[in-house]
Amino acid sequence: MAAEFPAAGQTETGRRRDGFWLLVLWIALSVIGCLLVALVLGPHLPPGDQSSSAASQQTDFTVLSTIATPVVIGVLLYFGWALAFWRQRPGDETDAAPIHGNTKISVTWVAATGAIVLALAVYGTIELWVPAGAGAGEGPQPIWKPAGTTTSSLTSWAPGTSNILQVQVIGQQWAWTYRYPQFGGFETTQLMLPVGQPVQFNVTSLDVIHSFWAYTLGVKADANPGLNNVAYTTPEHTGDFQIRCSELCGIWHGSMYGTGDVLSVSAFLTWTQTTKVQLAALTKILPPYALTYDPTTIPAGKINTALGLTSAGGGYYNPADPEQP
Amino acid sequence: MAIETQLESAQAPGGGDPGTTPKERNFWLSPGIHTAAIGAIVGYIFGHWLGNFIGSQYQQVGSSDDNDFAIVLGFSFLVIGWLIGLGVFDDLARQMLGRPIRSADHRANVVGMAKYFRYTLDHKVVGLQYLVGMLIYFFTGGLLAIAIRTELLSPSYHVMSPTTYLEVVGEHGTMMMMMMTSVILGPFGNYLVPLMIGSKRVAFPRLEALSFWLTPCAFLILLSSFLLGGFPTGWTGYAPLSIQAGEGMDSYAVAFGLMGISIILAGFNIVVTIICYRAPGMRWSRLPMFVWAMLTTGFLLVLAAPVLVGGMYMIITDRTAQTAFFVDQLGGSSYLYEDLFWFFGHPEVYILALPGFGIVCELLPVFTRKPLFGYKIAAAGMFGVAILSFFVWQHHLFDSGMDPDMRPLFMLTTELISIPTGFIFLVAMGTFWQAKIRLTTPMLFAIGFFINFLIGGISGVFLSDVPADTTAHGSFFVMAHFHYTIMGGLIFAFFGGIYYWLPKVMGITMNQRLGKIHFWTMFIAFNSTFAPLFAVGLLGQPRRVWEYAAGLQTLNDWVSISAFCLGGSMCIFIFNFVMSTVIWRKRAPQNPWNARGLEWQVSSPPPVNNFANIPVVLSGPYEYGDPDALPVADLHPPAGVIGGALVSAGSTGTEA
Repeated sequence: MAAEFPAAGQTETGRRRDGFWLLVLWIALSVIGCLLVALVLGPHLPPGDQSSSAASQQTDFTVLSTIATPVVIGVLLYFGWALAFWRQRPGDETDAAPIHGNTKISVTWVAATGAIVLALAVYGTIELWVPAGAGAGEGPQPIWKPAGTTTSSLTSWAPGTSNILQVQVIGQQWAWTYRYPQFGGFETTQLMLPVGQPVQFNVTSLDVIHSFWAYTLGVKADANPGLNNVAYTTPEHTGDFQIRCSELCGIWHGSMYGTGDVLSVSAFLTWTQTTKVQLAALTKILPPYALTYDPTTIPAGKINTALGLTSAGGGYYNPADPEQP
Repeated sequence: MAIETQLESAQAPGGGDPGTTPKERNFWLSPGIHTAAIGAIVGYIFGHWLGNFIGSQYQQVGSSDDNDFAIVLGFSFLVIGWLIGLGVFDDLARQMLGRPIRSADHRANVVGMAKYFRYTLDHKVVGLQYLVGMLIYFFTGGLLAIAIRTELLSPSYHVMSPTTYLEVVGEHGTMMMMMMTSVILGPFGNYLVPLMIGSKRVAFPRLEALSFWLTPCAFLILLSSFLLGGFPTGWTGYAPLSIQAGEGMDSYAVAFGLMGISIILAGFNIVVTIICYRAPGMRWSRLPMFVWAMLTTGFLLVLAAPVLVGGMYMIITDRTAQTAFFVDQLGGSSYLYEDLFWFFGHPEVYILALPGFGIVCELLPVFTRKPLFGYKIAAAGMFGVAILSFFVWQHHLFDSGMDPDMRPLFMLTTELISIPTGFIFLVAMGTFWQAKIRLTTPMLFAIGFFINFLIGGISGVFLSDVPADTTAHGSFFVMAHFHYTIMGGLIFAFFGGIYYWLPKVMGITMNQRLGKIHFWTMFIAFNSTFAPLFAVGLLGQPRRVWEYAAGLQTLNDWVSISAFCLGGSMCIFIFNFVMSTVIWRKRAPQNPWNARGLEWQVSSPPPVNNFANIPVVLSGPYEYGDPDALPVADLHPPAGVIGGALVSAGSTGTEA
């Protein structure tokens, strides 16, 4: 946009030369910059493509970066040009030409920025709508849902049906646990998901506000006490991923850290069966599955002991272990 | 016009001869910072006793030191004692007793350093008090930042315990975002606005002085949090964590509430001064851009800060009187706090950005020797930003689970705000067009402002977009973004303003060579510190953690070392500032930058009453290069011309 400046009202030859070269340089650098950002940087932008929401966020990052490139290049080029060529000459104490404004340039500028901004807002809304809320927490009454998921039974789940897999994410100071209501409601410290199946995360908290951030899954939803916050995604590649708390929740916030794994559908079903049996004793003392819990009625100590969570935030991870990319 | 020339003492209802002023007493016997300290100590002790007296009847407390009632009441009476000791209520008491109040002139005439430790009614003294205060708060916050980066040298905790780390993070954020809210409106706004609009005084000198003298109180109360175990919530103070937290949280809530009151008073005074105290001929279309920035900032302060004060009050009552505004099990809502906080918090961000716009818009015409390109566009941009800033706060809550229907709306409003922000870039680039740029120290800082603010603004677009925000939210990306806008924008403009206006304020030039070294080290170290943090955030490091993935250690160490260099750059500034103002004291000419602004037309430092006569403003402040331009003002209008100029210039509002 910067180089659109000289487009109007030039009478001096010097002014035309500045404008022309600025425009040429800007277009050339912008084309190179946009291609580099979109094609070289884009595929490496976070959060990767492990899930549908992650992939849509990566696209979003790429599009925004590509649009931002000419703007950044234009402004920096213009300031660089000004500093190189429009400096005070030694001994010249006179003022420069009094230009109070230029209506054409101003109108062009407003129209251009307005068009970019409106286009971004429309694009962002589409990107929010199409991939089912883009992995962001949508509160208790979600309005963007994955296509084809109409019913949701709380007693059973089978892959490939319109019945969406439900996973409850429970934040407490300072650990994440997960309940699978469709498999008897057992609670684990490991988040396991089947590949290629839409998942509904029901995120809630037992004490203060946490934020469930499954980094490479592209899911982030605040865990609010007494409130169910729904987020959707569809894992598309198997492999493990990291979970962090991204809302300050007290002293061990830094260690409120977990891992998850995307398994094949058959491995996931096997895992649910074995875990259901393993944790049967624990499941008995859990409160009945609900979207929110009143922490004063939960035998939290017993549950945490059974799950192997200690009061100091579970196990904070080994700093020598390079878990993250 | 009457009010500018009228003596304060003439308004005294009790009468008394305006000519006789009470005899100046010995420094140690008259109210000042030392009596204020005594008042504060007495007040705290009384409040603490009272709190224990009430609270222990009402609430189960382990020991008297754990009683939130006692601590909050202690702080409240500390503030009242501080203000009584400072003599804030002296005039009020005199009026109630029917005795003559002391005149503004009388107070301004206190000579030497003593007046800087007093409750004073001279806006220039208050401005300098603010400047020193803000520098102290800024460097305190900066030291805390160095502590944070020291801890983050290693992916596990090694210097501080997690508790200490969170205390330091919270104090750093609160110090910078809360104590520094009026970083430009306080020093520059209070000092320069009357000079720029041709007034002898501000509208409410007592409110202005009060707004400053609340800040040392808030500063000490905030720091006292370290003694009470700190607060674990960061500067946002999200409930219910803040309800659950220990006594250090009381310091946060009281200090933040106090600062809220301080900035309401400061903003109110500035708004009324600008509207009512402009000299004849100072039309809206001739108002310097800095004054426009102060006007919009003042409106934001007055409209946004009361919400903050309400929020802090609710935290305090939740913690003491067991109200449950934010406690879910008792029918409250944590969203209520988030909304209250960000309804203040987002305008707050623009409270920090707009004064920066104002300063660079002042600097550019002077050092490009050209008129400001698109004066009206710049003013419209500031108003656009100010108005829109009240409609964007929920973008801080995109992942919080708020009503998803609102998301496209808040995405749109947030992105719309980049249009008026872009106006400032249009104005800057138009002003640069074929200019004759003088690369002085203030100009370097102005250019640095635009480069940093560009990066900050562009990264803000990523955060306004809900899908991209899902990853970036709550990560170091956000942290890098707002440091680019606030530190890279506001603080660069702040330093530019210091280098530019110090010759006017103190009559002393700062060393330009050291100033340029300060700029280059600060600019390089700043970018080297915060640019990698965008990558750190996108690679998955959340904010406010003392422990991070080992794979990110290289980047974090790079950032930490750059941050130490940034600290070193600040030391160059401190050295330059102290040496220039205390040791070298190189006299500055009256108008070293050859600027047209009205403030440069009076002597340096300005006389006690600013202008011997109310000036008549003849043309705008940016008419550089126009051979036909009139001088900016007639400083010695012939007797009787002011009334005539009022009619002919069609000026409004100066009647006050």
